[in-house]
Amino acid sequence: MSIPSVDEPVTSGAREISLAQAVNEALAEELRRDPTVFVIGEDVAEAGTPFKVLSGLVDEFGPQRVLDSPISEAGITGIGLGAAMTGMRPVVDIMFGDFMTLVMDQVVNQAAKVHYMSGGRLKAPLTVRTTLGATRRSAAQHSQSLHAWVAHIPGLKVALPATPYDAKGLLKSAIRDDSPVVVFEDKMMFATKGPVPEEEYTLPFGVADVKREGEDVTLVATSSMVYVALEAAEELAREGVSAEVVDPRTLVPLDRETIVGSAAKTGRAIVLDEGHQSYGASAEIAAVIGEGAFFHLDAPVTRAGAMDVPIPFSPVLEDQTVPTPESVFELVKSLVGKA
Amino acid sequence: MATETRRLADVSPELALRMYAQMRRIRTFEERVNELYRAAKMPGLAHLYIGQEAVAVGVCEALTQQDYITSTHRGHGHCLAKGADVDRMFCELLGKEEGYCRGKGGSMHIADHENGNLGANAIVGGSAGIATGAAFSAKARGTDHVAVCFFGEGALGQGVLYEVMNMASLWKLPVVYVCENNLYSEYTHYSETTAGEIAARPAAFGIPVEEVDGQDVRAVYSAAGRAVARARSGDGPSFLLCNTYRFHGHHVGDVDRAYYRSQDEETEWSGDRDPLQIMADRLVAEGLADAETLTQIENEVGDEVAAGVEHALAAPFPDPSEVDEHVHP
Repeated sequence: MSIPSVDEPVTSGAREISLAQAVNEALAEELRRDPTVFVIGEDVAEAGTPFKVLSGLVDEFGPQRVLDSPISEAGITGIGLGAAMTGMRPVVDIMFGDFMTLVMDQVVNQAAKVHYMSGGRLKAPLTVRTTLGATRRSAAQHSQSLHAWVAHIPGLKVALPATPYDAKGLLKSAIRDDSPVVVFEDKMMFATKGPVPEEEYTLPFGVADVKREGEDVTLVATSSMVYVALEAAEELAREGVSAEVVDPRTLVPLDRETIVGSAAKTGRAIVLDEGHQSYGASAEIAAVIGEGAFFHLDAPVTRAGAMDVPIPFSPVLEDQTVPTPESVFELVKSLVGKA
Repeated sequence: MATETRRLADVSPELALRMYAQMRRIRTFEERVNELYRAAKMPGLAHLYIGQEAVAVGVCEALTQQDYITSTHRGHGHCLAKGADVDRMFCELLGKEEGYCRGKGGSMHIADHENGNLGANAIVGGSAGIATGAAFSAKARGTDHVAVCFFGEGALGQGVLYEVMNMASLWKLPVVYVCENNLYSEYTHYSETTAGEIAARPAAFGIPVEEVDGQDVRAVYSAAGRAVARARSGDGPSFLLCNTYRFHGHHVGDVDRAYYRSQDEETEWSGDRDPLQIMADRLVAEGLADAETLTQIENEVGDEVAAGVEHALAAPFPDPSEVDEHVHP
């Protein structure tokens, strides 16, 4: 996938680093500034994860703060939660988003409810880092995008960074947040480069980023779909269609104002999200637009996500399952009546 | 075993009386809970701890206020033994603002962080990770605090327990796993659900196991003291297997129990194996208390619990506007 450059308003003159490096820097900075932060997960230490995102952290911070765990996702999430409830700020590394299925009791029944069930007396500043995204030829159990599952649960926050800049700023905010946060990174984007300032920064949750301004149609796109939307927008521009690309950056909290405002401005909206299309994040965002911008809309809000099939292995099958710049281009053309 | 543990238990007269009073407090509290339920004055259900009092009291008396516990759906006894206030407990059971969770948790979710109680838990085995994580944190932060994970033998069916016991042993975490084998997972005898020997399971992780008469508070206290000392000195986790019995049903509404256990069995335990009676007999036999002293304790605790019920019944509910408070800090 070719990656168009992304305009980042506050990063002019910044160096370019990969999303993996941005995540690594975020963790290193937080480990450095706060002794209660630690990272726990499978092969996070010397191996630096299979994606090499955490390479070098154990050298600086030692095996007490960057811990290789057994292959026990529920156990390490539970231990992270208990540590979070007693004064620490753990970052639990769940190697593939598919393995969120293994930690759902700890995340959904336990972490999400600690603060509420205790009448506000306990808190769980736990960060779970995991992945999403298909097209890596990894088949049905290593390719899912399950962020909608956790976004459905009150008490959790959910971040979906799409750029190195967002990945670093949002992860640092997640670690400092007193709520449990699940951060999903697209494993296809770890090598993607983008501008990231040398100086320290954090990004607030609940603030969408307009990745490209436009007039004719709004593409609300999350994570991997931001690049798909930007590439489609580039093609559409050549056809005289001006597309605005809005990246919510966090699903919970959701910046309804920016999303609805953009849809009201353009009068047309398509929601792009790599989760399965049915009952997913795209449905929620589409409903938000429908409720908030109804009288400004010239067309029904539509959405595109992963096909409602388990992600298949064979490239000729897998490539059909997720939206592409071409499919989004066609979808927009049909919507704006210029096909 | 009873003779041996009696000899091993080193309990001062003051502590012996205090443990009796704590068990009596839990017993009386639970009897009032049952009455509140039967009088339809309490929303929902509750799982009574009656019969198991010696376990919570024996273990919690071996802890400091700063030490952590996690509890279960059958958790009132653990909460009280760790220092919870009767008034605020009843307030929580009745959904009142003054309750430990401002009425948001109820019977199965009482947390009392000032006393190190990280919460009762309505998922069987659900707090194993939390307790082990609290132990991890206690060690990582350089404190000498210990975490106790209470669970019933039903939790032996949950995989996460074994995941965290493995890590606790690997990393020598200061955690004590307290398994209360009250013989029944809900309505099923544990022998129908548990293969092999329970004690062999923690032993497989290199965790020392001590099996103890859970009806003998001094035996529990003594064993807990050894496990807590081991944890505090950095030698890692222990597993206490406390053999006990749930005198009442799975919950307050479980009154017809003949299909899963006999009246004879219940009578045998409540008659001969009542932890309060066992302790009372010992106190008298050893000259640490006379009948009058025990009656006085009973009356004091009775008055305290009765006042707690009155207080909670009269206490205000939370303002309805609180429903969406505390979703996030």
